[in-house]
Formats: sequence, structure tokens, C-alpha cells
Amino acid sequence: MSPAEWAIAVLAGFGAIFSLLAGVGIVRMPDLYLRISVTTKAATLGVGLLLICAALYFQEISISTKVLAILLFVLLTAPVGAHLIGRASYIMGVPLWKRSVTDDLKGKYEGHSQSLSSGQAEVAHDEAKRTNEKGQN
Amino acid sequence: MSLYDFLYYIILPVMCLSALLVFVRFVIGPSIADRVVALDLLIIIGTGIISIYSIITNQPTFLDIAMIFALIAFLGTTAMSYYIKKAHERKKLKAGHVNMYEEEEEL
Repeated sequence: MSPAEWAIAVLAGFGAIFSLLAGVGIVRMPDLYLRISVTTKAATLGVGLLLICAALYFQEISISTKVLAILLFVLLTAPVGAHLIGRASYIMGVPLWKRSVTDDLKGKYEGHSQSLSSGQAEVAHDEAKRTNEKGQN
Repeated sequence: MSLYDFLYYIILPVMCLSALLVFVRFVIGPSIADRVVALDLLIIIGTGIISIYSIITNQPTFLDIAMIFALIAFLGTTAMSYYIKKAHERKKLKAGHVNMYEEEEEL
């Protein structure tokens, strides 16, 4: 194998390992928010390495530009999508892991999302429900 | 062992294994947000598989489809998070304002 092919093999190996870590993490992690964190880091790095493999293999300007565009798009949109789905699931009331240490957003989104409903009583009800779910887990 | 053998017999099975693991989370995910995250990761891993496959078959045209997949992943996550939030707000509104609807019916 030539040096370029060795480089392709090494990069593809690391990319596959990172993708496998993302797959194991999304199954094994105890909490939605930890799963989101796994998705947006490991998968982005793994797919980035695999795309760089394609750019190294073909070695043409047009294909390298295409690969760079995909890479830039994934790097830009993965954190944005993770933030959007995390915010929506927090508003929806997905429970945290029972051993989570801190919750900085506690009591801040409830008022915003139900600005038309009855206010304090339901906020307290929501918090009680959340702690109940945490206890059950 | 040539590069094609390495990609075909080692890299592609590892990628398929990770896609299978993500699909397990897609099936058993307790909430709908879990499923959305799993679908996003599934499409991103599909992008990686497409790029490896374009090396094996020597067809750079497949990378166009990888680009479309990346676009669809972001679009799907954005739309699903928007509608999750919307459905939750509507549910809260219905739960909190049962009396309001009754008053409207009386009027």
C-alpha cells in the first residue's frame, strides 16, 4: 500500500472507532441529555475523519471542496440541532438522571412555556412530578 | 491486504454495528426526543458509510447524496424539536384552561 493509502486506512480506522463509540454511548448512557452530548461530539468527529478519507482518496479539487462543504455543514449544524432538541425535551419534561448533581435551568423554563396557564401552582406541581420521577428511577 | 479489503471487511462491519446499536436506541427509546436523537445519529453514520462506499466503488458522485443526508438530518431535528415544543404547549393550554372553553360555550 502506498503512503496515501496507509493514511486513508488509519483515518478510516479512527473514524469507525469514534462512530462505534457513539453507538455504544447512545445505548449505554442513562439520560437523554448525556445521549445528546455523545451524539454531537463523537459522531461529528468520526464522520469528519471518514469524509477526509474520501478527500484523500480522490485528490481532486471539486471533490475536496464537496467534502469540505459537508464537513463544515455537519460541524455547524450538530451543536445547533443538539441545543434545539435538548431545549425542547427539557420543556417537555424529560427527567434527568437520578444521580445528576445540578440543574441550572430549574424553574426558569416552566414559566416561559406556560405563560398562559395558572402560574405558580402548576410550576410547583411540575417540580414535584420531576422529583418524583427522579426518585422512581 | 489491500485498502479495499480493509475498508470492506473491517470498516464497513464496524460502521454497520454502530448503526445497529443506534437503531436499538431508536426502537426502545423511552421518549420521542430519544428517537429523534437516534434518528439524527443514524443519518450521520449513514453519511460516513456513504463516504466509505464511494471509496470502495470509486464513485465520487455518492458524496452528493451524503451532502443531502446531512441537510435532511439537521432539518429533521429542527422540525421535530419545534413540533415537540408546540405539542407540549398545546397540551398545557388544554389542561390549564378547561374552564375557559366552558365559558366560551356558555357565551
